[in-house]
This record gives sequence, C-alpha cells and structure tokens, in this order.
Amino acid sequence: MAFEVVMPQMGADMTEGTLVSWLKAPGDKVERGDIIAEIETDKATVELEVFEAGVLRKVIAQEGDVVPVGEVIALLGNADEEMPEVVPRQEMESSQVVEKPRPRAVTAPSADGTGSDLDARRVRVSPVARRIAQDAGIEITEVVGSGPDGRILRRDVEAFIAGSAQHSGVGVPTVEPDSPPPPNPSRVEPLSRMRTAIARNMIDAKQRQPHYYLTVDVDMTEAMAFRRHINLVLHEEQRVSVNDMLVKASAVALVSHSKFNASLTDDGIQYHEQVDINIGVALDEGLIAPALIDVAAKPLPQIAEESKGLVDRARAGRLRAEEYSSGTFTITNLGAYGIDVLVGIINAGQAAILGVGSITARPAVVDEDISVRQLMTLALSADHRVTDGAEGARFLKEIQSILENPSRLTV
Amino acid sequence: MTEMRMRDAIRDAMREEMLRDDRVFLMGEDIGAYGGSYACTRGLLDEFGPERVRDTPISESGIVGAGVGAALAGLVPMVEIMTINFSLVALDQIVNNASKLHYMTSGQVNVPLVLRMASGAGSQLGATHSHSLEGMFAHFPGLTVVCPAFPGDAKGLLKRAFREPNPVVFIEHTALYGVRGEVPEDPEHLVEFGEAAVLRSGKDVTLVGYSGSVHQCTRAADILAAEHGLAAEVIDLRTLRPLDMSTVIKSVQQTNRAVVVEDDWKFGGFAGEISAQIMELAFDWLDAPVARVAGKDVPMPYNRNLEYAALPSEEDVVEAVLGML
Repeated sequence: MAFEVVMPQMGADMTEGTLVSWLKAPGDKVERGDIIAEIETDKATVELEVFEAGVLRKVIAQEGDVVPVGEVIALLGNADEEMPEVVPRQEMESSQVVEKPRPRAVTAPSADGTGSDLDARRVRVSPVARRIAQDAGIEITEVVGSGPDGRILRRDVEAFIAGSAQHSGVGVPTVEPDSPPPPNPSRVEPLSRMRTAIARNMIDAKQRQPHYYLTVDVDMTEAMAFRRHINLVLHEEQRVSVNDMLVKASAVALVSHSKFNASLTDDGIQYHEQVDINIGVALDEGLIAPALIDVAAKPLPQIAEESKGLVDRARAGRLRAEEYSSGTFTITNLGAYGIDVLVGIINAGQAAILGVGSITARPAVVDEDISVRQLMTLALSADHRVTDGAEGARFLKEIQSILENPSRLTV
Repeated sequence: MTEMRMRDAIRDAMREEMLRDDRVFLMGEDIGAYGGSYACTRGLLDEFGPERVRDTPISESGIVGAGVGAALAGLVPMVEIMTINFSLVALDQIVNNASKLHYMTSGQVNVPLVLRMASGAGSQLGATHSHSLEGMFAHFPGLTVVCPAFPGDAKGLLKRAFREPNPVVFIEHTALYGVRGEVPEDPEHLVEFGEAAVLRSGKDVTLVGYSGSVHQCTRAADILAAEHGLAAEVIDLRTLRPLDMSTVIKSVQQTNRAVVVEDDWKFGGFAGEISAQIMELAFDWLDAPVARVAGKDVPMPYNRNLEYAALPSEEDVVEAVLGML
C-alpha cells in the first residue's frame, strides 16, 4: 500500500521546512528508521526518518523547496504497485472551495506596522525622499526616518545630505546651534530564521512570563575534587564537565521540586514526568538550547557522553527533532567566559531557567575560618505564575546542597 | 472694483449678459415675481419682462428639456434649478441630452445652456436637501462644471458660461450667497474655465478645495500659520471640468504634500480624482500620501450637531496636515 511521507512538524512553532537534500533516490529500498532526507527548520538541519519499509517510489518535493508542515513530500510503496496522483495541497483546497465555499477573512495589509515580518523589515520612504536620495547617490537604508511609522521623509534625506556635506567639507565646519545633528549612518540586516525564532521566543517569555530571580553562591571545592577523581578513571567521551554536574544536580532536584519541571497551560500547571534539560549552546549565528532527554535516572558519565554528542550535533546543525523540540528546564552557562553572575530569561513555556557563572577562587568562611574556596554563583529565574520565591529558594538550596555534597551526584 | 455679495455678483452677470446678447433668457421656479429662492434674479423681471424672465411650473425635467430645446433652436437659455437636489429629477435631460447632443451629431448642433443650481449642506435641510453633487456632474464628459467660491469669480465665470457653446453646470454653494468680495466692474471681465486660483502661497502643504471647501482651506491655513508655524498653499479649483491639474502639480512639487477638501462624501468623491491625479503626475514629488478631508459616509443628518459633525471642518484639515508631517 502506498504510504505518504509528509513534512514533519518538529517543534510546535514550525510551520514549514526546507528540503535540503534527498539521501535516497526513487527506486531505492528503505527500511523502517532509514534516513531518507535532510530537512532544514528555523533552528537546525534534521534528518528525516521513515516509519515504514518499502521502496521510495516518488519524490514530490525537490531539493530547496520550502514545504508547509503536513504536505506530502514523497511516496513509499511496493516496487510495482500503482502510485496515486498527488495533488499539491493548495490546489486541493481550491478545488474543495468550489463544492463547499468557506468564509475567508479579508485581511488588509497592515498599515500600522504591527503585521507581518515583511512589514517590519520594509523601509518606509516617501517617493520624493527616495528620488532625492537616488539623485544624490545615497543608500536610503542609511537614512533614519522621522515621519509617521518611521517613514523617511524629504527632510531626513536633506538633513543626511547636509550632514555628509559637512563631514566631507574642507576647513573648519561652522556650527549652527539650531541645525539638527547629522544622522548616525547605519545599516539594516534582515533577521535570519534563527534570529527571528530567538526574538519571538524571548518576547514570548519576557513579556508573558513574569520572572522572579534568586541567586546563591555554591562552594564547588568538593565537587571539583570529585570531578578530578572520577575523570581519572573515565574514558574520554564520558569525562564529566562542570555543566554535566549541574545537569545532574538539577535533574535530581527537579524530581523532588516538580513545580520547576512544569509548564503553565490554559487548564493549569502541567507537571512533566520526564526531566528533559535544555543546555544553551552558542553558535556563530545565534543561540540554540537542545535537550538532554530523560536525564533524571541517568548516571553522570552517561549524561556527559550524551551532552558531548548533543553539543557536537548542535554545532553541525544536525540535531534530532526531539532534541530541539522538547525540554522541561534549561541551564545556561557562561562560566567559561569568566562571567560571575548570569541571570537568564526563561525558555518560553518552561517554569524556570538556571543561570551559571564561573567558578573562581574566593575567600569564604568555613568553620569560623576564612579560607580560599572555589565558589560559583547560580541564578534562578522562575515564572512567578507557577511558583513563588520560597519554593524557588528551597529548589535552589537543594541544587546547592547536591553540588556541595558531590556523592549525591552518583545516585 | 466694487464690493458686493455673491448673489448680487451672480445677478449682475446675468443682467449684463442679457443686455449684451438678446438671445439670453432665464427660466426657473420662482425666478420672476419672487426674485429667485436665493434672490439671484431680483429685479430682472421688471427690467426685462416676462418674455425673457419666465416663471415655470415645478417640473425640473420639463424646464431643462425646454432649455435644451431652446438652445438647439438658437437661444442662450439660463435654467435655474432651485437646488442641486432637484437636478436629480432632471438627470436624464442633463446627462443623456444636454451633454451628448454635440458629440452624437458629430458637432452639427450646439447646446449653449447654462444650468444654475444651489448646492451644499449646513442649514438643517435633512438628507434629501443637503447634497453636494459637483463631483457627480464632473464625472460626465460633455459638461462644464463651475463652482466658484468668491463673488468676483462667480461673476466672471458665469459671464464666461453664457459664451460657452455647450452646457455649463454652474453650482453655487448656499452658504456663500452672502459672502462679500471685490467684483470687477468691466462688463468684459471673464474668468476662463480650467484655471485654478492660488489664494495663498506656502511651502509646507498644498490645500485644494472648491466652492465651500475653499473657505475651510483658507481658515485652516490661518490656523496652521498661527498655531503651528506652517505655510499652507491654498488652491481654489474654480472649475472641476475642465480641471486645472497643472497648478496643483506645480504646487505639490514645492510642498510635497497635499490635502484635498470637499463637502461631498469621501467614498467615490471628486477628491479621490484629484488625489489619484496627483499620484499619477507627481508621485516622485510626494513626501506623504495625499489626504482627503470630506463628508462622513452617511446621509446628511437633520440634527444640527450631527450635521456639523458630518461635514468637514477646518479643524479636520489642520489635523490631516499635522498627521502627514
């Protein structure tokens, strides 16, 4: 029987994906679980698995096509069976309309600038301003608009020309106190898909989730000694980083403080049974936070190994769908950059994020004496709709306690 | 120059034309013994007699039809339709006969007919007696549409209308009959069709109006100058057809902004024609979209406050200007 392969939805906010390349050709035999194509989303390039065995009979989406989620991109079947004609979804919809007309909202192009990305990126410029800029050989995007909705007007271009004339003028420029300051030249770079996604998520989280913040200093002296010891006996791929210890400590604490492993939904607080921890990975083009899946029960060396693989795949843009579409809690760590305190923005939809600063030798009072200890500051940002400060304090103290008693990392 | 009211300038124009050309005669409801509903023909019956100043029955279609026939037969009739609202009854005569005969006979006949009518709202006459249909008449090729805003122009344009070989719709705003202004005494002073007047010079914005809305433009220009330090150029179109776009375009090339003002409804109104032509002819000179200030999209309310709210005001013009800076 013919089986349709559709553009998968990888992450709730994905509406379309780009077919980067086909790894199988029509006529190739495929097994369940085979990777047949590479798909690019807002966040990463991912591999497309098939869930049926058979022969790849027909490729519908071509390499480079941007395909809406759910649309058929290929057909699997037996080697000799008849393949149905696949009607592209848009045509299907229009032929349905003939039989069953649906009311359609008439959407006017948004004039107030609150509409589409297209609207946001458009440079508004009046015709006369554009013409004067063209005649003067000015790149219009360098001019800052002062009109309605930021429209670049004649006066803006003329002020820009006056400004650059002043800059290139020989001799001492005369300063007129009433003349406006020359505009600061600038350029506009359209947002990449990743930046667009980051921007959307950050606005979602920062505007809709009221944050509260708690910080605590953790004495990492014991934990660092513990890490040195176990790394002596572990294979390279299983060697534990500070971040791995933070993942483990957080996972253990999240099991007993389940409000921080939760999401607020319309119906109430949704408690997640599994602990999937996102870790922030900085890429050249932006930030991504893939998830380590089901970490609560995993031993530290396994977390270390999976974490290395995850970071490598994130850097190569080859994350698996579940790795960037899931996650119940996030750890963001700028310790490697020598930052003392990182107060994070919650990963949209989650209840909290743990910000990690660097471990530094600092004086600390231990048993009435001042000694030099390895200290690290943790900052918890949490959604005040889901939890309150006292709960946050208990959760954060629990993480501190686990890290300061590193034998607890082995349970 | 003599200072006089608009209605007197109109009467003088008709009187002078009747003296100049004995083919000229007047027809209309109550224009003779009563002197006209807006007193524009007062005294003319006594001076010229009932042959040349004829009171007619209340039958606009009949009067205009008789005017078309008289014009075809070699006379120069002036038909007064009491108000523009009643011209709707005579539309077939105006649109299908008067405006088409010259064209459809390949120029064999002319229809030198002058149709005067009073237009506009503002006196609580209700939805059926408050129309501003200047734009509707301007829609039809074959008609000349004149709408003066000042007594001097009214006289010069009306005298010019009597010399036009084909129909002229001469529209007088009811609110302007009492407006005073300088009027040239020279009986040969004519104002040519298709020549807009620049009433004020200014560099910041062009305000375009006709008939009553010219006065909203000049009052708005006063406010803009006094309260906002802006110099508005005010253009009085004087005739809608022929339309003098070159004066408007020259102005927009200086100011880069335009507001078109009219009493008529905005939707499908004449201001839309002007703003479209500005866009077509001066797109590269615009610093802002052309704005229209016009009547609200409702039949004219009877209630005084609502009627005021439905009509464009100088404050609306000022607001439109400030919104495009």
